[in-house]
Amino acid sequence: MPSDELPSVPAPPDAVDRPRIGVDQWVADVEGREDERSQLRRGFERVPSAGWLAVFVAVASVLPFLLNQGDLFRYGLFTLLYALLALGLNVTVGFAGLLDLGFIAFYGFGAYFYAILASGHFGIHWQAELAIPVIVVGAALLGLILGLPSRRLLGDYLAIVTLFFGQAFVVFVNAANPKGLSGGANGIADVDPINFFGYELTTTKDYYYFSLIVFVLVLGTLYFLSRSRTGRAWRALREDPLAAELMGMPVNRLKIMAFMFGAGIAGLTGTIFAANQTGVFPGDFDVSLLITIYAVMILGGVGSLTGMVIGAIVINVSFEILTPATPDHARWLFYATVVIALAARVRPWQRLLLVLGGTAVFGFVVHAAVQALSPSATDGTVVSGGFLTDVIRGWAIVPKHPGDAAKYAYVGLVVAILLVTRLRGWWRALALIPTLYLVAFVWENLLIDQPAVTRFILFGALLIALMTARPQGLLGTSRVEIV
Amino acid sequence: MRLRLHPPRSVGNVLFYVGVAVALGLLLREGFRLGWPLFGQLVVNGLTLGSVYALIALGYTMVYGILKLLNFAHGDVYMVGAFIGFGVLNVFGAPPNSSLPVWLLVSLMFLAAMIGCGGLGVAIERFAYRPLREAPRIAPLISALGVSFFLQNSVLLLLGSQFRQYPFGLINPGGVQLGTVFISATRIFVIAGAAVLMVVLTIFVKRSRLGKAMRATSFDREAAMMMGIDADRVIAATFFIGSALAGAAGVMFGLVFTQVFHFMGFVAGLKGFTAAVIGGIGSIPGAMVGGLLIGLGEAFATGYVSSTYQDLIVFCILIFVILVRPSGLFGTPAIQKV
Repeated sequence: MPSDELPSVPAPPDAVDRPRIGVDQWVADVEGREDERSQLRRGFERVPSAGWLAVFVAVASVLPFLLNQGDLFRYGLFTLLYALLALGLNVTVGFAGLLDLGFIAFYGFGAYFYAILASGHFGIHWQAELAIPVIVVGAALLGLILGLPSRRLLGDYLAIVTLFFGQAFVVFVNAANPKGLSGGANGIADVDPINFFGYELTTTKDYYYFSLIVFVLVLGTLYFLSRSRTGRAWRALREDPLAAELMGMPVNRLKIMAFMFGAGIAGLTGTIFAANQTGVFPGDFDVSLLITIYAVMILGGVGSLTGMVIGAIVINVSFEILTPATPDHARWLFYATVVIALAARVRPWQRLLLVLGGTAVFGFVVHAAVQALSPSATDGTVVSGGFLTDVIRGWAIVPKHPGDAAKYAYVGLVVAILLVTRLRGWWRALALIPTLYLVAFVWENLLIDQPAVTRFILFGALLIALMTARPQGLLGTSRVEIV
Repeated sequence: MRLRLHPPRSVGNVLFYVGVAVALGLLLREGFRLGWPLFGQLVVNGLTLGSVYALIALGYTMVYGILKLLNFAHGDVYMVGAFIGFGVLNVFGAPPNSSLPVWLLVSLMFLAAMIGCGGLGVAIERFAYRPLREAPRIAPLISALGVSFFLQNSVLLLLGSQFRQYPFGLINPGGVQLGTVFISATRIFVIAGAAVLMVVLTIFVKRSRLGKAMRATSFDREAAMMMGIDADRVIAATFFIGSALAGAAGVMFGLVFTQVFHFMGFVAGLKGFTAAVIGGIGSIPGAMVGGLLIGLGEAFATGYVSSTYQDLIVFCILIFVILVRPSGLFGTPAIQKV
């Protein structure tokens, strides 16, 4: 409701002097903080959520046609799948506060269940309108089973049991493979495409739009769910299980429901994945996917629905760019991220300018010095073409045979970054200059060649950095500790 | 810190004894069916593996006792330890073309792995966990997940994904023939070494000033700080000792099983944590017993069922213990205070 419609309450004459009863300092400062926000930001906040969703859907359905290049539908499909997984995980972890590390098992369960119900593996070919409800219910029941121990387990025990459960699932479908159920290491191939009442989804484009519909439905459901009685009860449970129980909330039932909702969404997502890939393999459901989904959720902000979507876009775009095929794009992304991160963290702007300019000058000086000392140390080939390549060639040291130097530099870089976090003020700015140059050196000589490993290293670092710097993620709201 | 064997009055206790009885019965049946020499061999294998798990579990349990934090990165510290040992082997060369006598080489491997891993543990605590001391419980857990993933992939980046080979029978290629059971010298060394480390640790925690401070901090951190104990220092020391034990466990694993690789820490960490939970998390003797039990269970699962099911069987043991005896064999039931 816009604030100008509210009847204005005349302030009592001495309201300024004494604190109002029931209002502490933090609450009393709300108006002051509201004013600090820019006009633009308040304008954004006035748009209703449904409006944002409409904008997102419109952009998402038109964009692949406008940018007519590459596998845009496939990228979009995977972004939606990540967003769906993050939304499901967000119910368990974000709403209810149960750390579920076996989440990928539900995704895998959905994929394998669909592969069994609709493929030549057992000669069963179910229609999707029948298979999808069965799979969602099946995944939710599996969530119920995993949720049962959660009644007795406190947070950390639950984490390890679920992590072990995820591991056990992979072992089960891969090595154990009872009676040929899951096809072992070879997985199940030739899975049917999703088939609704005779209408078959054939191309990736079909799957993209299908996932978009599913996404809107799931997001809408979760939007209302999070505002419902149950959603509020989940949040109460997350903040303080004991207090929630004392207020008469059915804590155990709520926990199990959160597990079932998350598992159901994951199972549904797994179905789309299996049908689009026309096969399921045990390697698709390992820990690295779990970390990716956690990175999506943490980056977006635990508990925020919009955050999940933004997190999925950011993570998946960086995922697609960090491939061996396009080192130039990866390089742009990498340096841009470094500069943005610096701009976000280094204040004031004079210091930021000093760091950036200093690094550039430092690089050219070092490059010239090394070239004078030993020409072979700088005449290695810089990967790929593009505008940046020429700059890099004259700036960063790329030896012909980096050998182990790059590996030692990587270890040194990790130590240097840790030390920089210990410094304060101008010392930190000064120390940042050689560190940044070391970053460029390691990137050009080691990381750019192995993007698959690099992205997981960066995700791991992202989780640590976000937790220590901004635990609420990009869009999450920081919690107020009430004592 | 005593073993709690209550009379079977509650449902959980009855189920616990029934489960133990069923497990023992199955073992006896298989023992008679497949002969006792195999049984003896499996016990030796289980004790070796169990010693390694027990050393890992000690690190988990000590950190949990003091910080109430599940250190997911602990398994990867163990992996790094195995690689440090391998690095020392690489530098000095494996016998017979080593420039050092075997005993010196092996002690150097252990020393380097323990100090290196201890330092790594302290660094992880300092940079990934200490800033989150006052944060909600979920934050350090996710940070720990990040550390684990970071370490694993860094090793993958630096050393590649191939298996690295420790030389076979490095300490002494021979062994002891005990009736029909053959025990290799390496296994004897590992079991004895783990036992020595555990005894030293127990004495250290019981008798030394720092050990006393650790126990006080784990009992009540704030009260300990008010008594003048530097909690940050005690926590760092705990991480150092726990990680050093994991490093030693890594080298021991390499000596016995000869193959180390970047992903070995994940599963071993899970098993180590399972051992800590079974023993009662926070309890040091519990971690030792739990580790040995998990090792034995896994060896019997491999010998009598199939090695593909060993992880699943350990998982079942974990679920069983958590359901019927959530505080473990040695742990005290948690009382939630408000």
